[in-house]
Amino acid sequence: MERPLTQHIPLSGAALQLKEYEAVGGYSALRKVLQELTPKEVTEKVKDANLKGRGGAGFSTGMKWSFVPMNVTGPKYLIANADEMEPGTFKDRWLLEGNPHQLLEGMIIAAYAIQATQAFVFMRWAYKEAAQIMTRAIADAYAAGYLGKNILGKDFQLDMQLHTGVGRYMCGEETALLNSLEGKRATPRAKPPFPQVSGLFGKPTIVNNVETLSYIPHIMNKGGDWFKSLSYTADGGTKIYGVSGKVNKPGAWELPMGVTMRELLEEHAGGMKAGLRFRGVLPGGASTDFLTDAHLDVKMDFVGVAAAGSRLGTGTMVVLDDQTCPVGFVHNLEHFFAQESCGFCTPCREGLPWTEKILLALEQGKGTYADLEQLEIHTQLLGPGNTFCALAPGAMEPLQSALKYFREDFEQHIKDKKCPYAHH
Amino acid sequence: MPIINIDNKNYEVKEGKNLLEACLSLGLNLPYFCWHPALGAVGACRQCAVKVFKDADDTKGRIIMSCMEPVKDQLRMSIDDKDARNFREHVIGWLMTNHPHDCAVCDEGGACHLQDMTVMTGHSYRDYHFTKRTYNNQYLGPFLNHEMNRCIQCYRCVRFYKDFAGGKDLDVFAAHNHVYFGRQQDGILESEFSGNLAEICPTGVFTDKTLKQHYTRKWDLTSAASVCQGCGLGCNILAGERYGAVRQITNRFNAAVNGYFLCDRGRYGYEFVNSDQRIKTPMVHHGPAEQSNGIPVLEHVHHRMVPGKTIGIGSPRASLESNAVLKELVGADNFYLGVSAADHDLVSLSLRLLRQGPVRAASLQDAAAADVVLILGEDVTNTAPMLALSVRQAVRRIPVAAAQQQVHLAAWQDAAIREAVQEDKGPLFILSMQETKLDEIAQGAWHTAPDNIARIGYAVSHLLNDTIPEVTGMSEQGRDIAATIAKTLKSAAHPLIIAGYGGGSEAILKSAANVAWALHDLGIDAMLSFTVPECNSMGLEMLDGHRLESAVERALNNGADTAIVLENDLYRRLNQHSADLFFNNIKSVILLDHLYNTTAEKATVILPAGTFAESDGTLVNNEGRAQRFFQVFTPTTAVQESWRWLLQVAAVSGHAVLSSLQHLDDVVKFIAATYPQFDGITTLTPDAHFRLAGQKVPREPHRYSGRTAMLANENVSEPKPAEDEDTALSFTMEGYRGEPPSSMIPFFWQPGWNSVQAVNKYQVETGGPLHDGNAGKRLIEPNVNGHTPFYTEVPEPYLPLKEHLLLVPCYHIFGSEELSIHTPGIAARMPAPYLLLHSEDAKRFQVTEGHLLHFMDNGHHYTLPVIINDTLQQGVAGIPVGLPGMQIAEAPQLIKV
Repeated sequence: MERPLTQHIPLSGAALQLKEYEAVGGYSALRKVLQELTPKEVTEKVKDANLKGRGGAGFSTGMKWSFVPMNVTGPKYLIANADEMEPGTFKDRWLLEGNPHQLLEGMIIAAYAIQATQAFVFMRWAYKEAAQIMTRAIADAYAAGYLGKNILGKDFQLDMQLHTGVGRYMCGEETALLNSLEGKRATPRAKPPFPQVSGLFGKPTIVNNVETLSYIPHIMNKGGDWFKSLSYTADGGTKIYGVSGKVNKPGAWELPMGVTMRELLEEHAGGMKAGLRFRGVLPGGASTDFLTDAHLDVKMDFVGVAAAGSRLGTGTMVVLDDQTCPVGFVHNLEHFFAQESCGFCTPCREGLPWTEKILLALEQGKGTYADLEQLEIHTQLLGPGNTFCALAPGAMEPLQSALKYFREDFEQHIKDKKCPYAHH
Repeated sequence: MPIINIDNKNYEVKEGKNLLEACLSLGLNLPYFCWHPALGAVGACRQCAVKVFKDADDTKGRIIMSCMEPVKDQLRMSIDDKDARNFREHVIGWLMTNHPHDCAVCDEGGACHLQDMTVMTGHSYRDYHFTKRTYNNQYLGPFLNHEMNRCIQCYRCVRFYKDFAGGKDLDVFAAHNHVYFGRQQDGILESEFSGNLAEICPTGVFTDKTLKQHYTRKWDLTSAASVCQGCGLGCNILAGERYGAVRQITNRFNAAVNGYFLCDRGRYGYEFVNSDQRIKTPMVHHGPAEQSNGIPVLEHVHHRMVPGKTIGIGSPRASLESNAVLKELVGADNFYLGVSAADHDLVSLSLRLLRQGPVRAASLQDAAAADVVLILGEDVTNTAPMLALSVRQAVRRIPVAAAQQQVHLAAWQDAAIREAVQEDKGPLFILSMQETKLDEIAQGAWHTAPDNIARIGYAVSHLLNDTIPEVTGMSEQGRDIAATIAKTLKSAAHPLIIAGYGGGSEAILKSAANVAWALHDLGIDAMLSFTVPECNSMGLEMLDGHRLESAVERALNNGADTAIVLENDLYRRLNQHSADLFFNNIKSVILLDHLYNTTAEKATVILPAGTFAESDGTLVNNEGRAQRFFQVFTPTTAVQESWRWLLQVAAVSGHAVLSSLQHLDDVVKFIAATYPQFDGITTLTPDAHFRLAGQKVPREPHRYSGRTAMLANENVSEPKPAEDEDTALSFTMEGYRGEPPSSMIPFFWQPGWNSVQAVNKYQVETGGPLHDGNAGKRLIEPNVNGHTPFYTEVPEPYLPLKEHLLLVPCYHIFGSEELSIHTPGIAARMPAPYLLLHSEDAKRFQVTEGHLLHFMDNGHHYTLPVIINDTLQQGVAGIPVGLPGMQIAEAPQLIKV
C-alpha cells in the first residue's frame, strides 16, 4: 500500500531536510514540470487526476486553477492554507512538520500553473514548530534555487513567505484568510467574485489546503491514473485520516481514499478504550454531522460520507463514547463556534451564542422544551445561504445531528433538571 | 429592461440594480439594514432575505439576500414567501437578543429604522431569555452621543465614516457577538462629516448630541424644507422646531446637491437661532422701541431715510429677497455689497468666468462623477466641506470603473469593488498653500504661495493650448508638475477644476478658467467649481452693487447720512480702522440682523431680522443654483424677515414700487421682473395659492402631540395657529398627507417608515432623484458661444523677501463662519488664533512654536502665537480667517515683521 504523502516522513518525527528530500526524488517533479510542461498542461494534469481539495469542501483542484485568468498583467498569488483549526484536525501538521519541502514543491508547481509570482504559507499561530521548520525550508529552497528568480534556470520566478495567523478559526475560510493576510479583519467575502479572479489585494489568487498541495509533485511525477489507482473509490488518491476521542490509539494515518470508518476505528485506532462504548462520530472534524454505529461501514470518501448524511470534511474523526454527555460535547463545540464567529452577519453572530447558552442551560438543568425547539429552529435557519459564509452552517451540523441521534439525552436533561452524566 | 416576477406579478425593473433596490424602487416594502443607496451592499445583516425560484415549476426555491443578487430578466422571486418572512422575522429576533429595548428613553425612538423594520417583519414576541451583553459607551465629542448597547452591528457607521468619508478614527473592534463600533479610545471624532452617523445609524447608537440638549421627538417637530447657511454650496436641509427653538437639522435629499449627507458645520451650526444673543425686539438707541406694534420704529427708520443720502449695505448671508428689496428701497446707486474687497473680487470674477465661458459649474453630484480633479489654491475640506466629500468619491471613479470591467461587478457590490480597487485612486492634483486633508488621497499635492499656484495653473493651460503664453522662469519642478497635470487632464473625460475664495487670488481663478476652457476647446467635457464664502455670495454678486470700500469713501465725503445695514457685521468685512471710519461718519445706522454684534453696537435703530428658520427666501449657491428655503416657525417675538421689515419701511415711506408688494410671491415676481438674471426663481416652488386636493402642505406630522396643552400654562384656550400667507405650507397638522412637490417636503415620512430611510419612498428609484425632480434651478448656464480670450497676465513668482512674510488665509470649518460658531459644540472645535510659520522662518524671526509674534497690517497690531508648519513655502505665513475676536487681516498680503 502506497503512502506517497507520508512515506518519507522520518519516524523520529523530525522534518525531512532538503538533501534528504532530494535524495528520495524531491524537486524532480518541479524540474520535470519546468522542462516539459506549459502552465496549462500542469493544470490539465491535475484536472485529469481529479484531485479534490483536502481542506474540507472537496472541490476539484484542477478546476479551481483553471478559473485563474492567464492573460492578465499584474501579480497573482498562490497560498497554502495551513491554518488548520478545525477541532479534531491535525493532519496538515503532520505534513508541515514532517515534509515541508513536499509542500513547497507542490506550491511552486501550482504557482507555475497559474503563473503566480508570490506565494504565502498562511499558518496557524499555534503551530510554532511547524513555523520554524517551514522558515528553514523556505530559506533552504531559496538557497538551492527552487525559489527566487530564474528557478532552475528557467524563466520563472516565485517568492515565498510564511505568514503566521493570530489564531482565528475564521482564517481557515479562504476569503477571510485573504482579508487577514491583507491586514484586515478576518471576515469572509461574498462570492462572486471568486478569489481566482479577485483574491489577495484584489488580484487572481489560489488558496489550497496543505494536503492538497503536497500531492501535486506526486501527480506530476506519476500521473492521474496512478493517483486514481491508489484509492478504493472514485475519489482518487490516499487521504490522511485521523481519529481522536477515547480510542486506544488516537492518531493519523495515510490510507487509501474510501477506507471504512470501521477499519479506521477498529484496526488503526485500536477500538474504544476499555469500558467505553462507541456512541457516534463526527467523521470530518467538528463542523460535520454525527454518524452512528449504523454508519460504520460507510466508505470515507466525499461521496460516501455525504450519502450517509454528513461530510468527509478534513477526514479526521472525533469519536463520542457512551460516558461523555452528547449535550456537553455539542455545547463545547458551539462554544467554540460562537467564539470564532467573526461577527459580520447576524444569524451567526447572534444565533451561535444563543445555541451555546441554551446548551449550557440544558447542561445546568435549566433547559426547557421551548429551548429544544429553539435549537431546532436554529439548525434550520442557520443553513447555507442564510448566513454569509459556511461557519454557522458548519456549526449547526453536529447540533442538528445530535438532536436527531441523541434526542433522548437532551430530553433527559430537561426531565431530570440536570446532566445525567458524571462530570469530571 | 429586464422583467422580474415578484410574488407572481411581473415588473419591469432597471438593469444593473440589485433585487432589494429593484423592490424598493417599485415601492414594495422589504426590510434592510446594512444596505444604503450611497454605500451599496455588503450582505451583513441578512435582513432583506427573499426567496428565488428556478422557474415557474420550482415551488421550493431558496433563500437569498436580495441586496446581493443582481436583477436578471425572467427572475422569479417572492417577498411574501413563508420561509423568507419567517427568516426575516428571526433576523430581527437575533438583533433584538442584545438590544436594550429602551425606545422610550432613546433619542432615535419614533424615527428609528430598527423600530420600523421590527414592525415590518412582525417580530413581536421575545424568545430569548438569557442575559444581554453590555458595552461601555464613549465620549465622541460635542456632536454625537454614543450608546453601543443599542447597536445591531450593521457596519454602516464604519462603512460611511471610513470607506465613504475617509475618516480614520472610527472602526470596528473585537469579534463574534462582541463587535464594537467606536474609537480606539474616548475622544472627539475627527471627521468633518461625523454627524451623518446619526442618520446612517439605523438605530440609536449614534445620535445628535445637540438635539439631546433640547430633545424633541420627530413627530413633535414643526419642520420645513430649508437650505444650509453654512457655506456657499447650498446643501438642502430640514429644520425642525418646537417651542420657538430649532431642535435639529437633518439632511434633505437632493440628488444634484448634497445627496444623503451634510457636513458638521451644516448639521450643527444652527444653534445661533436659539442664541441668547438674538435680537428679538426693535431697538432705538439701544433701548427697546417704545411701542411694540412696530409702527413707531418704522417711523424712526423713515425719518432717517434722507433721499440721496441713504445707502443700503447688502449681505451675502441674507436672502435674495432681502437684498433685492433693500436695493430697490435705497436705489441702485446707493446699494453696496456688504462683502470684503477680496471676497467681492473673487466672487464677481467667479461669476464672470462662469458666464463668459463654455464650461459649466459643477454641482456636487457632477463633482463626485469627475474622473480627474485639479484643485488650485483651496483647502476644500474647510472652505466647502461637502465638495471635499464629492472629491473623495471622484477619485474612486477610474479605479472603480476598471475593477467593474475586469471583475464584472455591479456598482452596488461595495465590498467586492473595494477589494478589487484596494487603495487605488484616480488622479487628484492639489496645489495649495499648506497641507490639506485631501492631500492623502491625491496623486500629487504641492504647497506654495498663491501666485506660484496660479503660475502652475497658467503653465498647465499653456500645455493644453499653446496660444496661451508660456510661463517664463519656471523651476524644473514646476514644469514637471504642470506637465504631469496637463497630460492627465488631456486623457480625462470629465475633469473638474476647483478654485475659489480660499486661495484669495484672482490669478488662481483666471488660471483655473484657462485650464477648463482649454480643455473644453480640446473637446473635453471639463467642469469648474468655484467655491464662494457664504450661502448667498453668488446671489448677491448676481444682484450687483457697489463695492463696500466706496461706501466708506462716500461716508468720509459726507455723501451718506444713513446706512441701512442688512444682516451684516461690517467689522467682518472691513478692517477695524475702515469700519470705525465708516461708522464715525454716518449719522444713523439702521441694522437688520439676528445677533447682537459689533455693528449692532454702532446702530441707531435695530430691527430684529429672522434667521433662515423664521424666514422664507431664496439663496443662490456657488454653481448658480437658486433654491428656496421656507420658514420653519412663526416667532412669538417681533422677529420677521428682513425683506418684510424693509417692505414695511417702504410702505411708510410710500415707495412707488415696493409699497405694492406684500407677500413672498410679490417679492419673487418683482425680482424676476426687474432682473432678467433671476427670471427662473418664480418656478422654484409652487406659489402660495398652490393646493393639493384643496389643501395646504402641513409642517407638522399627523402625530404631532400636545398641541392643546403646549401653552396651557399661559392660557387654556388653544391659540389659533399662525397663517402662512407667503407659501402653500401651513403651520398646523392639518392638510395634505401625500407627497408634496420636492421643493416643499417638510419631513420624510411614509406609513411604516418613520425614520430618515423614508426618503426611499420619495425617490424615482433608490438613490435617484425625488419624484418631482431635484429642487432648485440653475441660473447660470455656460456660454454656448465659447469663451472670452484666455487670460495672459501670469503673475511673477513669489520669492521670500527679507524681513517680510506673505500672509495667506487659513479657513476653518469650525470657526471661520460667523453664525455657526454660536453653537457651543462648534465653538468648542474652533482653533485659537495663531500664525502658521515655516520652521526656517521661525528661525529667521527667532521664535519657536507657541511664541508670540508681532506684526502690523494696515495700522492694526497683531500678536499671535506661532504654530510651525513646514508644509508652507518658506516666506509664507498662514493666518486663520474669521475667528471671533480676531481682526480681519487682508490676506494674501505682504507684511513686515
